Parts: sequence; C-alpha cells; structure tokens
Amino acid sequence: MKEFKFDTLVIGGGSAGMAAALEVSKRGFSVAVAERENSMGGILNQCIHNGFGLHHFKEELSGPAYAEKFIDMVETSNIEVFIDMTVMDIEEAGDLKYVYGLSRITGMIKFSVKTVVFANGCRERNRGSIGTPGTRPSGVFTAGLAQRLVNMEGYIPGKECVIVGSGDIGLIMARRMTWIGAEVKAVIEIQPYPAGLTRNIVQCLNDFDIPLYLSHVVGDIHGKDRVESIDVIPMENGIQQKDKSFNIKCDSLLLAVGLVPDNELAQKIGISISPETNGPIVDRQLMTAKNGIFACGNVLHVHDLVDFVTEESERCGNYVADYLDKKTPSDQFRTLPGKNVKYIVPNFYSPSEENKFYLRTMIVKNRAELIASVNGKEIFNKVLKHIQPSEMISFDIPKDSVHISDCTENTLEVRIV
Amino acid sequence: MNEKIFDVAIIGAGVVGASIARKLSSYNLKVALLEKECDVSFGVSKANSGIIHGGFHHGSEYLKSKLEVQGNRMFDQLEQELHFPFKRCGIIVAAFSIEEMKTVEQLYMNGISNKVVGIEMCNQRRMLALEPKLNTDVVGGLYAPAGGIIEPYRFVFSLVESALKNGVELFTNFKVVASAENSGIYEVTSEMGNTIFSKWIVNSSGLFADEISTIFNAEKFEITPRKGEEFLLDRNSAARTDHVVFPVPDSVSKGILVIPTVEGTTMLGPTAIPQKSKEDVSTTSINLDMVFSSARRMVPSISQRDIITSFTGLRPVLKGGDFYIDISSKQPHFIQVAGIQSPGLTAVPAIAEYVKDLLKKDGLILIEKSSYEPSIEKVPRMRTLPPEEADLLIEKDPAYGEIVCRCESVSEAEIIAAVKHGHTTLDGIKFYTRAQMGRCQGGFCTDRIIKIIQRETGLSYEEITKRGKNSWLIKDRIGELKVNSYRGIQ
Ligand SMILES: Cc1cc2nc3c(=O)[nH]c(=O)nc-3n(C[C@H](O)[C@H](O)[C@H](O)COP(=O)(O)OP(=O)(O)OC[C@H]3O[C@@H](n4cnc5c(N)ncnc54)[C@H](O)[C@@H]3O)c2cc1C
Ligand SMILES: Cc1cc2nc3c(=O)[nH]c(=O)nc-3n(C[C@H](O)[C@H](O)[C@H](O)COP(=O)(O)OP(=O)(O)OC[C@H]3O[C@@H](n4cnc5c(N)ncnc54)[C@H](O)[C@@H]3O)c2cc1C
Repeated sequence: MKEFKFDTLVIGGGSAGMAAALEVSKRGFSVAVAERENSMGGILNQCIHNGFGLHHFKEELSGPAYAEKFIDMVETSNIEVFIDMTVMDIEEAGDLKYVYGLSRITGMIKFSVKTVVFANGCRERNRGSIGTPGTRPSGVFTAGLAQRLVNMEGYIPGKECVIVGSGDIGLIMARRMTWIGAEVKAVIEIQPYPAGLTRNIVQCLNDFDIPLYLSHVVGDIHGKDRVESIDVIPMENGIQQKDKSFNIKCDSLLLAVGLVPDNELAQKIGISISPETNGPIVDRQLMTAKNGIFACGNVLHVHDLVDFVTEESERCGNYVADYLDKKTPSDQFRTLPGKNVKYIVPNFYSPSEENKFYLRTMIVKNRAELIASVNGKEIFNKVLKHIQPSEMISFDIPKDSVHISDCTENTLEVRIV
Repeated sequence: MNEKIFDVAIIGAGVVGASIARKLSSYNLKVALLEKECDVSFGVSKANSGIIHGGFHHGSEYLKSKLEVQGNRMFDQLEQELHFPFKRCGIIVAAFSIEEMKTVEQLYMNGISNKVVGIEMCNQRRMLALEPKLNTDVVGGLYAPAGGIIEPYRFVFSLVESALKNGVELFTNFKVVASAENSGIYEVTSEMGNTIFSKWIVNSSGLFADEISTIFNAEKFEITPRKGEEFLLDRNSAARTDHVVFPVPDSVSKGILVIPTVEGTTMLGPTAIPQKSKEDVSTTSINLDMVFSSARRMVPSISQRDIITSFTGLRPVLKGGDFYIDISSKQPHFIQVAGIQSPGLTAVPAIAEYVKDLLKKDGLILIEKSSYEPSIEKVPRMRTLPPEEADLLIEKDPAYGEIVCRCESVSEAEIIAAVKHGHTTLDGIKFYTRAQMGRCQGGFCTDRIIKIIQRETGLSYEEITKRGKNSWLIKDRIGELKVNSYRGIQ
C-alpha cells in the first residue's frame, strides 16, 4: 500500500473542494484532492442549464462552464489531483489523520495529512425518505439520477412523467423532460407555495403548460413491473383529503424532494452532526469538533447557489491555512437559530472578528426583518425584501458588534420576524 | 423442447427449492429447477426478516419446530461452504409486564422441549446488560444465543450457484402452467410453451403451491398470503441493537422486531395482515406509525428520520399454521413442500434433508456423486476488507478499485461477479452485491450499473430491466430528430 504525505487532503473535487484546495495551495501548503468521478466538477457537470456564477463571475454560466473555470485553475496550480479515487475511511493518529482512498490505478492509498477538508457534497432524498406508499415498480427515479441519465448518457427514462417537488431541481427537470420529448403531466408540491425560484416557475412550467399542484402529495403508486399511474391527494390545512384523491396515468415518477449532506465518513470518526443541517457542527473557522478536520459546501449544509458554495469554501481554505500556520483563533461562542429560523451556519462566532453567516428561514414573507441578539440584546438587524425556505440567506455581522464584557454567556441568537 | 428426462423437477427457486436442488446435486441425479421469474429468490425469499430463529416460538408438536431447531444447527457449515453473510448474534425477547413474563416462561419451556442449547430466562438486570439500548421499563425476558441473522437472498444465490456447479439445470422465466403424466413421466409446460420431462416433481412454489398442486391434480389446499411490511434504517442509526429484539408474541405473529441486519443496517417489522392477493406487495402509510411505535416501546432511540426504505413480503400461510411436507397421496412421485412460512428460512437446510428422505422413501435411488463439490468460490466484499488486503486485491483485479455503490462500498468487480452468475437485472445485482441498497437507494449508482450490465452482457439499454418482464428502465435515446418535438421553444 502506497503512502503519501500532504498538509491537506480535500475529499471531493466539486465546486467546494476545488475552491478550498486552491486557497490552501495559494498559501503555500501542499494539497491533494481525492475525487471519485473521472473528472472534477461534482454535481455541476450534470447541470447543463444556465444559472451559475451570477454572483461570483458576474456572468451567467452553465454548470460545466462554471466548473471548467475552477478545473483550469486547479490544473495550473500545485494541487495534486487523484481522479477516480473514492475515499473509504479516515482515522486519527495523534496530530495526523490517515485517510484511505482507492482507485483502479493506484490501489489503496494511505494519505497521511495534517488537515482534512470534507467537500464531498450531498445525496438526494428518495422514496424511502418521504415514505411514499404503494407498489415498488421500475420507473421511480430521483430527479438527479434522471438528470444524469438524460444529460450524461442521453437516455429517456420515461415518456409520461410526474415530478414530485417544485424546487429548482424539479422545475428544471420538468423542462428538460419536455425538451427531450416526454410529456410532463404534473408537478406535485406538498407546500402551498412553490419551492423554486419564480423565474424557474415561469420558464420551466408556465411556458410549457405543465400543471403545478400545490398542497398535494402522492398517496399511492400503482403498477407491478413499471409505474402505471399514481394517486394524488390534495391537502387542506395540512391534512390529506383522501376522498378527493385523483389518479394520473404515467410511466415514471421523478422525485425532487430535497438533498441531504452525505456525512457517513464524518460520523464514522465521531464528528457530531447537527440535526438541523445534517452537516457537521462547525466553529467560526468551519472546523468540526475534531481538530484539523474542516467541512464546506453541500456536505456542510445544502446550498442552492454555487456562488455561495465557492464563497464559503474559499473561506474554508483560508481557515485551513491559518490552522496550518498555527494561528490561534479568537474566543468563540455559540450561535443558535431563533424564531422562524431552521438553521444557521456556522454554529459558533467570534465577537472580535467579522462573522459571515448562512441561514435558512422556515417562513415565506415579504419585507421580513432579521435580528441578531446576544443574551436578548439586539446587536444587528437587516431588512429582507422576500424570504422563503428554499432560498438561503447570507449576512455579515461586522467586527466588534458585541462587547464581550456586556454579557456572560454571549450566545448569539438569530431570529426572523 | 428439451427431450432429456430429469429425475426430479423442482418448481420454485426460492430458498426452499434452492436448498432442495443443492441437496439433490450431491447425488447422481438429473435435476431441473424451474422458476417463473427472471432470476432466483425473487419471491418470498427476498423479502423477509433474515432471522435464523432460536427454536422457542412453537412447541415440539409442530413439524416446523423440529425442522427449525435442526436447520439452525446446520448454518455454520453452510456458511463455510457458501460464504453468505451470517452471524449468530443471539435473540432476546423483551417482556414489559409480569403477564408478559408468563408467556416468556412458556417460550422458555418450548425451547427446552425443542432441545435448544443455551436458552436462558433473564431478569431485568441481565436484559439491560445484554442489550443496553432496551427501554429500562423492561421487566425481564428470554435470551437465545444460538439465534442469528443472515442475508437471505445472498443465501439463495449461493445455494443455486452451488447446485448449478454440481449439475442442476436452472430454467428461469419458466412459469409452470400445465402438466401431463404419461407412463410415469411428467411433462411440464411453461407459459411460454416450453416443456421439460421429469420422473419426480417437488412443489416448492411458495405462495403458489396451491395452484401448482391443482395443475398437477394433487391435493386441494389453500395458501393465504399474510402481508409483512418491514422498514429499513440507515447504518448510522443510533438504535442499532446487538441482538435481534422480539416483543412477547401474540396468537397471530411474533410481533414487531428490531433486527440488526447482518450487513449493518437496522430493520423494523414485520406487520402481519392477511390479504387475498398473492401479488400485492404494496406498502401503506398507516402501518409505518404502528411499526415505529411498537418498536420504540422496546428501543426508545428508534427514529423515523433514519428510514431509508421499506418493503413487503407475503407469508405463504396454510390452515393450521404448520409446514406441509409430504409425499402426495393423490399423484405418484409428487412431493408437496407447502405452507413454508416463518421459520422457513431457518428450517430450510433441514427441509432439504427431509425432502431428500421422502424422495428416497418414494423410490428415488440416491447414489452419492463422487465429484460433488460443496464449496463455491468466495467473492470478496470491498466493504469488509482491511486496507492492506484491499490494496493487494486491486493489484490482482483493478475492478476492485472502482467503487460503484458508495453507500455500501460495492466495487465494480463484485457487480461483474453478479452478472457472471446470471444476475443481470438491477434487482438481481442489488440482492447479490447490495449496490442500490444503502441510504441513497441507487440515486448515485444506477446509471453506472446499467453501463456495466450492457458491457458485460451485450444487452442494449432497452433490454435492461429492474426485475424482468415489463420493468423496463429506459424508453429511448435522445435522437437528433427529437429536437423538432421541443414544445414551447420559439
Ligand atoms: C441538480 C442540482 C441543480 C442545481 N442548480 C443550480 C443552479 O442552477 N445554480 C446554482 O448556482 N446552483 C445550483 N445548484 C447548487 C450548486 O451547484 C451545488 O450546490 C454545488 O455545486 C455543490 O458543490 P459541492 O462541491 O459542495 O458538492 P458536489 O458538487 O456534489 O461535489 C462533491 C464531490 O465529492 C465527490 N465525492 C463524494 N464522496 C467522495 C468520496 N468518498 N471520495 C472521493 N470523492 C467523493 C463527488 O464525486 C463530487 O464530485 C444545483 C445543485 C443541484 C444538485
Ligand atoms: C415478512 C416475512 C418475514 C419473514 N421472516 C423470516 C425470518 O426472519 N426467519 C425465517 O426463518 N423465515 C422468515 N420468513 C419466512 C421465509 O421467508 C419463507 O419461509 C421462505 O422464504 C419461503 O421460501 P419458499 O422458497 O417456499 O418461497 P419463495 O421464495 O416464494 O419461492 C417460491 C418460488 O416459486 C416460484 N413460483 C411460483 N409459482 C411458480 C410457477 N407456476 N412456476 C414456476 N415457479 C413458480 C416463485 O416465483 C418463487 O420464486 C418470513 C416471511 C415473511 C413474508
């Protein structure tokens, strides 16, 4: 078994992994990236639609084009990239970490590193996660799998489909399936409002006359070998109205019902996972509870915009370099999600520095106010034009907004009203 | 048309038919194994709890109890020969009241009368020491250390592989629909019009044993399916116990169990609801809550958040509840192996012996085959290998270095092995390798598996199915012409 030594190993070569690796490398440390696919780019490679990079590059790019820009930078850097390499295991050995990854060409490799960055993305929630009853025929696909079959392999996974979930992925797949000649019979959404961007509702559904059923769920799947039809049940005040259910004939059901950070590796070495994000609990430096192990991108919490992934991951790369430079971080205190907030990342802040946060709200509202307080005392607020759960909110609390002497606990709570 | 005359034709390639086939393959016999599905183990044997039972649920007056205890003891040797995942993790029955303890005592007596080794009555302290995740309200219970867990489909695949290696012929997509007997030879016809000839027939067709019996003009009986829904939890579930945990049973079933599957997930179930249809394996939402609240009563840390999937199995239940294994009194050379509900999986090695003895009694001449080879080749599983061994293996066969299913760490080499052994559908590969069985349920690897099947078999994309018949996956390719059918594009 071969052994390699690096300052940093980044697990995953998607947008997060590449951005983090580039920053660590720029600061003069040795970095390797392990990527299980045969090229870097991650989920971007299958997102051939436009809508990436408006914030970061100030231009609208397709997923692969966005990825390409970073791949070029990685390829001209000193970063060592291990393609087709799946990371299997990680263990702590004093100050070092041993990470085991394997590929067809290299066999099993033991990476002996000072720091590890988890940038291995997320997976899709599936039928089991939402507990859709019924038979178990062929033709139930997660939307991401269908997207890969269509965009990467050129296959048509069904001719008459129904899509569950009105998030951007569901909407984009509705349009994509229509373009390849399939009939999209409906998009079913459990919430009373669409989860995706208004722009996507117009461009992906309205332009193609695809009906959107808000406040509806799939109550049953029929068909022994292949999906033949589904039952759709309306909801009223959050309760299923089974007597009003109706049937839609279709040969495929695409589930776009959310993403979950993929944290098996992190859990294996005892990193605690936040029940709110399903990602690791991290401090202001995006470091997990294990020294020298960091996380960024979709493995930390699910992002809807790649630009935010890049921003977060570049910061993460710099924190890793600070750690390698043995820079001692300033004092930190907990951040907690308050009223109407699902989660806030990171889980700690430092009063003496600028702090950047990402959060998700639980409500839909126009003109909402975000309020941050320390022990009941308001220290920051921001007015938000429109908020909804599917759109991540970012904000910065400037340096020295809190005076530590003011308080005892110094827990920062963020609420939305 | 296959003109050859088989000595024995076994109808149904579930765990029962497969075990009998393998047993008979150790003698100089021509044996055919007939299966209506496109692969073996696609019936009841793929959807059960995977428990090697402890021999205490029924008294010694039942045939099934006798075979359960005998079968249980035979698994160590089988595992050595056939390399399926199996572990004697032990079974506990948890009682939550003094009344329930009375039933536990009865179970203990059953165990003793069935001559189960190591069975023990436990007080509360002993129960919590054995299984710290139990609800502390437990008052006591039973411990059966010889109980265990197994990967049932992999067991069937191994049995069939071994049988084929020793000369058994497998006919898949062979749904028996008609038979005719002519001077002691049965002509068996499939739905597609193929026929085979055989001197003896073994009816091990699970849920359909009554229909097969009718087709052959043998005994009339009725199999009533009893539905069992099971829920699978993620590998990382904090609720994973060390033992199989049973509640105190009622008159209908053994209750909702917490099962630490041999492959590292946790399973809850099964329900027990009689139904008419032998095909309807749909799941319902009402049962989910019932299963979780029952299971949580025993192990409070169980959480619905950890569900990765659910499935349904149908128990082939015969009136009276016992197995019906006998020589037909209506048809010559016809052996009934019906009503093999739980503990069928456990009893099956003993069922195979029992059926072999019945065949002998019925006049079949058994001469041991000198070339019989009980062992099959072991296909290493990447998931379980230490890094050094994995490295050596990749050097020998680079396909082990390609992880296809990330959730269950299944390599390309394991998938190729599945295809080589005839498992060419997505479900066949799933049951052989566990690829698509983990938390993402195939979201990441289905497209890769489709490509491997195509490459290894030469099948085209439209010929690849989830589980045969009309379970197609891909309708078409995106052709250039399709551009014209874009709607809504100016
Ligand atoms: C379907 C879809 C549509 C989207 N559409 C848009 C959009 O229109 N606009 C926009 O701005 N954003 C969009 N996003 C969001 C954004 O693009 C993604 O959130 C972002 O690219 C995620 O980057 P990541 O690096 O965190 O994860 P990923 O891109 O998933 O990268 C993770 C990488 O880790 C690798 N990996 C995983 N496990 C291992 C292992 N054990 N060993 C080695 N490597 C491993 C994976 O192969 C993968 O390459 C979309 C996301 C999805 C899923
Ligand atoms: C929910 C559930 C949980 C269980 N848990 C356990 C447990 O934990 N431990 C245990 O010991 N037992 C358990 N059992 C019982 C065990 O699964 C069964 O006893 C066993 O699988 C029966 O095997 P079989 O071969 O008889 O049936 P099957 O596997 O159904 O095999 C019969 C085969 O015959 C084929 N067939 C039918 N008709 C025809 C035809 N006309 N022509 C050709 N082929 C035909 C079918 O396709 C099928 O493959 C459980 C059962 C259920 C349903």
